[in-house]
Amino acid sequence: MHFKARAHERLNDAQLQRNLARIQGKFVQKRREALTELDDVDATRDAGRDIRQRALDNLDVWLEMFERNAAARGATVLWAETPADINRLVLEIAFRHGVKSIIKSKSMVSEESALDHAIEAAGLTVVETDLGEYILQINGYEPPSHIIGPALHKSKEEVSELFARQHGTPRKDDIAALCLEARGVLRRHYLAADMGISGGNFFVAETGSVVLVTNEGNATLATTLPKVHVAISGIEKVVPTLEDVATLMRLLPRSATGQSISNYVDVLSGTKGEGEFHGAEHMYFIVVDSGRTEVLASEVREALRCIRCGACMNHCPVYQNVGGHSYGWVYPGPIGAILTPMYVGLDKARDLPSASTLCNQCGVVCPVRIPLPDLQRKLREKAFERRLGTPGERFALKAWSWLARRPALYGLAARVGVRVLRIMGGRRRMIHRLPFGHGWTDGRDMPAPRGRTFRELHRQRAREARATQPVPPR
Amino acid sequence: MRVGLFVTCLVDLMRPSVGFAAIELLESAGAEVYVPPAQTCCGQPAYNSGDRADALALARKVVGEFEGCDHLVVPSGSCAGMIRTHYADLFADDPAFAARAAALAAKTHELTSFLVDVMKVTRVAGRYDGTVTYHDCCAGLREMGVKAQPRVLLAGVAGLTLKEMPECETCCGFGGTFSVKFGEISTRLADNKCRHIIGSGADAVVLGDVGCMLNIEGRLRRRGDSATRVLHVAEVLAGKP
Ligand code: SF4
Repeated sequence: MHFKARAHERLNDAQLQRNLARIQGKFVQKRREALTELDDVDATRDAGRDIRQRALDNLDVWLEMFERNAAARGATVLWAETPADINRLVLEIAFRHGVKSIIKSKSMVSEESALDHAIEAAGLTVVETDLGEYILQINGYEPPSHIIGPALHKSKEEVSELFARQHGTPRKDDIAALCLEARGVLRRHYLAADMGISGGNFFVAETGSVVLVTNEGNATLATTLPKVHVAISGIEKVVPTLEDVATLMRLLPRSATGQSISNYVDVLSGTKGEGEFHGAEHMYFIVVDSGRTEVLASEVREALRCIRCGACMNHCPVYQNVGGHSYGWVYPGPIGAILTPMYVGLDKARDLPSASTLCNQCGVVCPVRIPLPDLQRKLREKAFERRLGTPGERFALKAWSWLARRPALYGLAARVGVRVLRIMGGRRRMIHRLPFGHGWTDGRDMPAPRGRTFRELHRQRAREARATQPVPPR
Repeated sequence: MRVGLFVTCLVDLMRPSVGFAAIELLESAGAEVYVPPAQTCCGQPAYNSGDRADALALARKVVGEFEGCDHLVVPSGSCAGMIRTHYADLFADDPAFAARAAALAAKTHELTSFLVDVMKVTRVAGRYDGTVTYHDCCAGLREMGVKAQPRVLLAGVAGLTLKEMPECETCCGFGGTFSVKFGEISTRLADNKCRHIIGSGADAVVLGDVGCMLNIEGRLRRRGDSATRVLHVAEVLAGKP
């Protein structure tokens, strides 16, 4: 099933549409307000872009430095080339340390490899501790619909219904009560778990640390209570210095949720040292390629600057109406329309790069200035080269351009065309059905043209003007 | 001052009155208007559909037709944006032609921004008795910086009251070929736009791109609204709505 078919289902899902309408605009407003706190938003965004670009330009250097410094603090850095490698490495670590039960804080990269399924298939237990992820997990591993709020598409009522069913508790209508209930359930798992898995918002090269940006405090518990901590993130998440992180942190929470700072920011460096209170005894980093070096070598490499704030989807009019699930894979919205074809294959997601009006609302809000519409267009070029579109579309496009390059022929075709369309429009000048344009006329009329083209009328006016000019005296 | 007018293919085919309104506005601002008779399309449909070769051929045609003018004015933020911000990318592999394209890009303007920013127009001839709301088309707003200019000019139209609607900067869902390829989504976005237009209580929505006009008018009529008018800003400013 492709984007269009999935979007069709979502557009006609009344409950989802109500939920989407409820959240729409909330993040937009909050982000706008939060950014006013920065003295110079544009300069900060420039700095953010430059930091991320600098990291990508010498990715190998920073990754090596990261590995060295992480190792010096007692952590082990492992490299996953494919999604399968992620799962294999996690299970190897688990078996090495005799792990039975695992807790996880949010990691989108682990969604790329469906890690939870692999863990369960190996006979271990895994519990998601991010509230949104937890909700999805107990709802039969429903996929996330947003990179910041994975369960944003669900209403409070749906969640309370789900909790009552899965926890066997009385229904609660109050969000605070629901949170408390989840907290109670999760607390038991924290204490029992022998391994914690987290994502990683940034890997810091100069210190060998991972930075986690969260709001619920679950990541702090999940990464420090169990004896083993595994942080999983992409190779592109490395930044040179902590100073760089500080700059990016001015942008990330503000762009994401409109907070000046998230409730928790964990900077985890190495294993628990002598006399230290906090930290895991064994710390692993799984640094994931899984298509990223290919992106780095491609014409859409700027997409790797992404700091996963979600602003592009929060502001996208298409996303707002079709929801995250329509995009079909881990990353939805404008950034997903670029990453998904790159990571799973353009032929498997061929309509994603086209699934936008190129309105550029995403481009103007992206904190690290990724030119999202331009990158989508680059992928459209690839799709066109590889003839992934329908033959009809291709023909219509080619025919139009062919005509437009031949002004006389174009003029003739235009004159005929507008006359036919005028007749089709009838007395009310509205066309209700276009033979090759039902995509348009299924939901809209097509205002009919007036029957003469501008070029025709302009030429006629010029002729008339000449005719009425007085004849110059001999 | 010799101003080339690129009316755009959509004006040529669907709404010639916009082209004539633009000529009137430019002439009364003191410009000498040149309209190349063989003009067709700026290449945007091809460009946005990934067909670089055809986009390139059409871009060459446009550059050749207009580079002799002091300015190029377009009654469409979208096509002006194509020339101003995207031709450079098209000619990235052809430095000689890229320089010509860049020179043209630098003097390419959307109509209302040309009138206000270059010609310093503050008063226009138009008269419109009624209330209108303004929709900011995406490329005009985000590529060409068109926001205040049409409002400044509309404020000078006798009899006209401007009533802003919520989300006037949100895309109407047109998106060129998107409107046909993803018709259902496009329609939903257009419908959201129509709700805001109707909710504003205005008797017309004014905007600067014919593509978006067709989309919005088409949806309004399908919804059964035959009263709300959909007007190009040039038509209103020239008093030819
Ligand atoms: S592409 Fe930009 S706006 Fe979108 S999630 Fe990434 S950083 Fe945020």
